[in-house]
Amino acid sequence: MDEALKDLGDYIAAALPQDVNGIHTANGQLEVSVRADAIIKVLTFLRDDSNCLFKVLIDICGVDYPERAERFDVVYALLSMSQNQRVRVKLSVGEDVPVPTATTVYSAAGWFERETWDMYGIYFADHPDLRRILTDYGFEGHPMRKDFPLTGRVEVRYDETQKRVVYDPVKLTQDFRSFDFLSPWEGMNEILPGDEKASADEEEGAEGA
Amino acid sequence: MSEVAIKNLTLNFGPQHPAAHGVLRLVLEMDGEVVERADPHIGLLHRGTEKLIEYKTYLQAVPYFDRLDYVSPMCQEHAFALAVEKLLEIEVPERGQYIRVLFSEITRILNHIMNLTTYALDVGAMTPLLWGFEERERMMEFYERVSGARLHAAYFRPGGVHQDLPAGLADDIYAFCESYPKFIDDMESLLTENRIFKQRTVDIGVFTAEEAMDWGMTGSTLRASGVPWDLRKSQPYDVYDRMDFDVPVGKTGDCYARYLVRVEEMRQSLRIIRQCLDEMPDGPVITQNHKLTPPRRGEMKHSMEALIHHFKLYTEGYHVPAGETYTAVEAPKGEFGVYLVADGTNRPYRCKIRAPGFAFMQAVEALTKGHMLADVPAVIGSLDIVFGEVDR
Repeated sequence: MDEALKDLGDYIAAALPQDVNGIHTANGQLEVSVRADAIIKVLTFLRDDSNCLFKVLIDICGVDYPERAERFDVVYALLSMSQNQRVRVKLSVGEDVPVPTATTVYSAAGWFERETWDMYGIYFADHPDLRRILTDYGFEGHPMRKDFPLTGRVEVRYDETQKRVVYDPVKLTQDFRSFDFLSPWEGMNEILPGDEKASADEEEGAEGA
Repeated sequence: MSEVAIKNLTLNFGPQHPAAHGVLRLVLEMDGEVVERADPHIGLLHRGTEKLIEYKTYLQAVPYFDRLDYVSPMCQEHAFALAVEKLLEIEVPERGQYIRVLFSEITRILNHIMNLTTYALDVGAMTPLLWGFEERERMMEFYERVSGARLHAAYFRPGGVHQDLPAGLADDIYAFCESYPKFIDDMESLLTENRIFKQRTVDIGVFTAEEAMDWGMTGSTLRASGVPWDLRKSQPYDVYDRMDFDVPVGKTGDCYARYLVRVEEMRQSLRIIRQCLDEMPDGPVITQNHKLTPPRRGEMKHSMEALIHHFKLYTEGYHVPAGETYTAVEAPKGEFGVYLVADGTNRPYRCKIRAPGFAFMQAVEALTKGHMLADVPAVIGSLDIVFGEVDR
């Protein structure tokens, strides 16, 4: 299984040397990183090439890494029924950079791209109907971004005097609780009260854990 | 007579409509009785599951999967459990795998009863629903006996299943397998050759194999279009590779073919259930690595180590090594996949849920265009749409 996957990855990389940034196999799955502007060419190749035939677009989704310069990943999951293989095509893109739409290659891409736009604010250029899909009419913001609060920003209620539904800023009766259960023995980076008293020259060694 | 320009009528179908199978607002542009354009507005049941999961530990994420497609809960837990197991690189004990396959197939029947009978109701037949829900309740009793809940089971956990089958359950499932084909026959006698049912479904909402693949169809909807593709056969998980069953494939790709495929799938599921019960070995049902799965309660009463494990698991949870995986199962509706990005902490960094219904809903416009208004509920019913998973 892994051998076939590696061969397939090498084949794709060899066929599109300009557009593929890297091939990566892990957990028995193949991942192809591509340049954002080459995505249509890559998808068309993967769909039509007789050694690939990835005819089904399973999914498109975004992933947010706010600390990176190009903060979003867009991940395309493809399935080839004749080869019985899956591949993930991945591209990274900045906040205000449009990604070419895949609707010209797969009809199924339409809603997946709408969802990605709605959730992350990744713009898909030339999409025939790029509206919000899952959030409320008139919603503001992109809720799956890491900097969007879990509780949201507005809450709705029915107002008896105005006889309509009104939107208010979210009011929490109790502060939002996000527990840090990370064990102090593995992976805690915070400085405990009193730690600052440790001399500055020891800092390098103390942070190793 | 002079020509009169007739304006298209915009019709608002839903958000609360019995034939919409949930909260679907469908804006239809009608030319008389004919659908010109269909624009489904979804998201009325959006609960932000994916966002919530990012703030929960891996174990706390499991119950969210019950609440996606709430008529086939265990199959979705299965996808998540497999994804986490893949990242953790752990093996599930054989008995656990058999129980998971057994309950996945019970879930499949559960889902197909719900779909087929409400679908029949949409196109005018009431009796199958009344008969079917009695059988459905019998199966939900199996759910309850094994997990304590009729619907939201939270039974498949990363590493196996929560607990072993209680005494006598296997016999009762076996007895159910003996009596259930009678229900399928009865239901078929009401529907399969029924003139009205066929008039409402044959040649309605046709997808060719090429179109179905282009629109991202999976599962029984894809098979009804003549594509022999079933993840249980082609990319088997757990012990599906040991099961002997057939994959029914339709010829016409219309609503009627989707019905026929699902009926046959129920019969095949019964075969798998019987094989599971016959071949199931003894042994543990969940991996015995107590860094990942809780110890039994009895053990905790006298073992300090077990108590510590329990405490750590239910507060901090376990850490999953950084990595990515897309893991899919053949859920009753189609391919249900979980794209999981782990960053090495105790919470998923990203958990994208790929629901088959989302792609089905998108295809509603392609399927209903040019059909009559009355065909719209038939198409929606035949696609087996549940809004819990479409909206997430």
